[in-house]
Amino acid sequence: MSETTSLSSLLDQIGKPVEGHRPWPRIAADRKGWSSLIAAMAGNDWTLLGLWGEPKAVHVAVADVPAATYAVVSLDCPERSFPSFSAVRPGAIRLERTAQELFGLTAEGLTDPRPWLDYGWWGVRQPLAETPLEPDPNPPRYEFLPIDGEGWHQVPVGPVHAGIIEPGHFRFTCNGETVIRLEERLGWVHKGVDSLLKGATIENAAKLAARLSGDATVANSIAFARAVEAALGIEVPPRAVWLRAMMGELERIANHLGDIGSVCNDAAFAFMLAEFHGLRELVAQANWDSFGHRLMMDRVIPGGTLVDLSIGAATRYDELAKTLRSRVAGLVHIYDTKPSMLDRTVTTGTVSLELVNSFAASGHVGRASGRDFDSRKTPGYPPYDQLEFRVPVFQDGDVNARVWVRIREIEESLKLVEQIVSKFLEKDFAGDDRLVSEVPAGVGGEGIAMAEAFRGEYLAWVRIGADGLIQRCHLRDPSWFQWPVLEASIEGNIVADFPLCNKSFNCSYTGADL
Amino acid sequence: MLKHLLKNVAGGPVTIQGPAASTEAVEELAARLQKLTHTRLGKGLVFREIDAGSCNGCELEIHALNNIVYDLERFGFRFAASPRHADVMMVTGPVAKNMKEALFRTWDAAPNPKWVVAVGDCACGTGVFAGSYACVGKVADVVPVDLHIKGCPPRPIDLLAGLIALIESTVAPAEKKAS
Ligand code: SF4
Repeated sequence: MSETTSLSSLLDQIGKPVEGHRPWPRIAADRKGWSSLIAAMAGNDWTLLGLWGEPKAVHVAVADVPAATYAVVSLDCPERSFPSFSAVRPGAIRLERTAQELFGLTAEGLTDPRPWLDYGWWGVRQPLAETPLEPDPNPPRYEFLPIDGEGWHQVPVGPVHAGIIEPGHFRFTCNGETVIRLEERLGWVHKGVDSLLKGATIENAAKLAARLSGDATVANSIAFARAVEAALGIEVPPRAVWLRAMMGELERIANHLGDIGSVCNDAAFAFMLAEFHGLRELVAQANWDSFGHRLMMDRVIPGGTLVDLSIGAATRYDELAKTLRSRVAGLVHIYDTKPSMLDRTVTTGTVSLELVNSFAASGHVGRASGRDFDSRKTPGYPPYDQLEFRVPVFQDGDVNARVWVRIREIEESLKLVEQIVSKFLEKDFAGDDRLVSEVPAGVGGEGIAMAEAFRGEYLAWVRIGADGLIQRCHLRDPSWFQWPVLEASIEGNIVADFPLCNKSFNCSYTGADL
Repeated sequence: MLKHLLKNVAGGPVTIQGPAASTEAVEELAARLQKLTHTRLGKGLVFREIDAGSCNGCELEIHALNNIVYDLERFGFRFAASPRHADVMMVTGPVAKNMKEALFRTWDAAPNPKWVVAVGDCACGTGVFAGSYACVGKVADVVPVDLHIKGCPPRPIDLLAGLIALIESTVAPAEKKAS
């Protein structure tokens, strides 16, 4: 495969588009075509956006971002075995381990074939396979990566952590204070989301999607709703499109405020935690008063939104944006002029552009290391094409850069909130007050969509049957591609800096544990 | 920064008034009211939060309890890092089966007397994840629960109302029978 082949011409060669998949094409490839995609990925920088199984099929979402080519490639595998992407895209490793365990598929040549989510406690194996298996009476012990050499010791942490935080296990191998390797063992909060989605009504599935990761509930709901709308050809009323963006930006602001405060707190600068979490609370209270939910859960629904923005609420958010802008600026000045604070964040937990690119790590994690990708811009979705905003990108890749991406994103999101609010204050919807379009009953289809959360882009893929029920839905959290980068970020740092690194990433456990 | 601090001192408190104890919670707790454990514990309770499969929504609101508006510590509540220091286990999530053992062991590590508060619809058994192969279903199936606080997620003010009931009642922990 020559390096000059474009993704779109390769897609033409490897298979035919499947009818009824929107908006990206879904190409049904044969084994040869699938393998030639893997071979081609080795020689270029196309992005692997997701990989998910079915009982007898596997799908991969790929993109050539500069060329604006986005597609799903599928392989029917009646023998339940498929060639692995792991050797060319390390981000595929955990996704393939998951497909193996949930569906009983085999990823041939998987570079790390150990189990991932299944600890042997579910009472069933391969729960989503055509014929699930009896549980193993003696589940094998999980083998951590072997350590060689002298003078090292290990620090096991979790699953239950010291703070108010999700569970996961971190195994630090150290030499003195210096971490030589961090290995994550996740999956503790696996809830069987894929199995609950299967056969669900669209309404119930939307509730599940909203709770894949509660901190990014709005973005999750937008991704799921847009996938359903693509599948069923639903046009969303303009008012709802703008309301979604409003809620999405408020969610981004709230989470960034919380995380900046928490990063500072991990450097024992508790004053910043108090201040930033106080600001976060202002957003939550405005959300409660305006949208009836502090996190705006279930406010974005397939077809539109559940709630409107009153003139009073729009004015309040306009004022809140101004308050936040000035108060954040004051606090940022404090952050940036405290040497004892910067000493903890500058050059701590550095990750390279090469590394974030190889995993397609998105959000602030990618953008702090120079990876200029934001799904609001590319492939983009409305109403962001009508809004003015910058995507801040930094190069240093350390905790400080991740904090700065968040600072700049708060500023950009505040501008977005003001632009959206003015649209509502000017009653700029041509008298169209509809909030939701009908979701047609008894129609099927397949759809895919992305939505940019504070931590990166959520991907939702859905297949709806002719009975209007979900046949298969896969929700891919950006954390899948950020967790492995976090492992690398702490190498060569001291154990005490891990909380700072971890908070600066703030990956979702629940979102990736499914 | 000094200017900032001075402004904060001069600006008066930002905390909101504490809510009255939730009647529902008082009723649930009163049912188990026995002898005065307060005398032993004083007016303070130490919490240990355990996420047993939450979507992280409940955690955000539990976090908010500590912010300057709700300021949990003024009521004598505090979160501890270790269950060994805790009086109350605050548990969220439908209890993912992968977390069942960890939940039990964390609870078991806390000294007696101890209480368990199930936080959120999931923990109470009425959340969206109940019924999956990977979930136990509710906290009470794994450790004895003294107080249920519903909501998805419950707001900080709801949490506060429930917790104030916990400290105002003089309760004996629910019967210790854990699986
Ligand atoms: S009750 Fe709601 S917010 Fe809490 S963990 Fe369950 S789904 Fe998340």
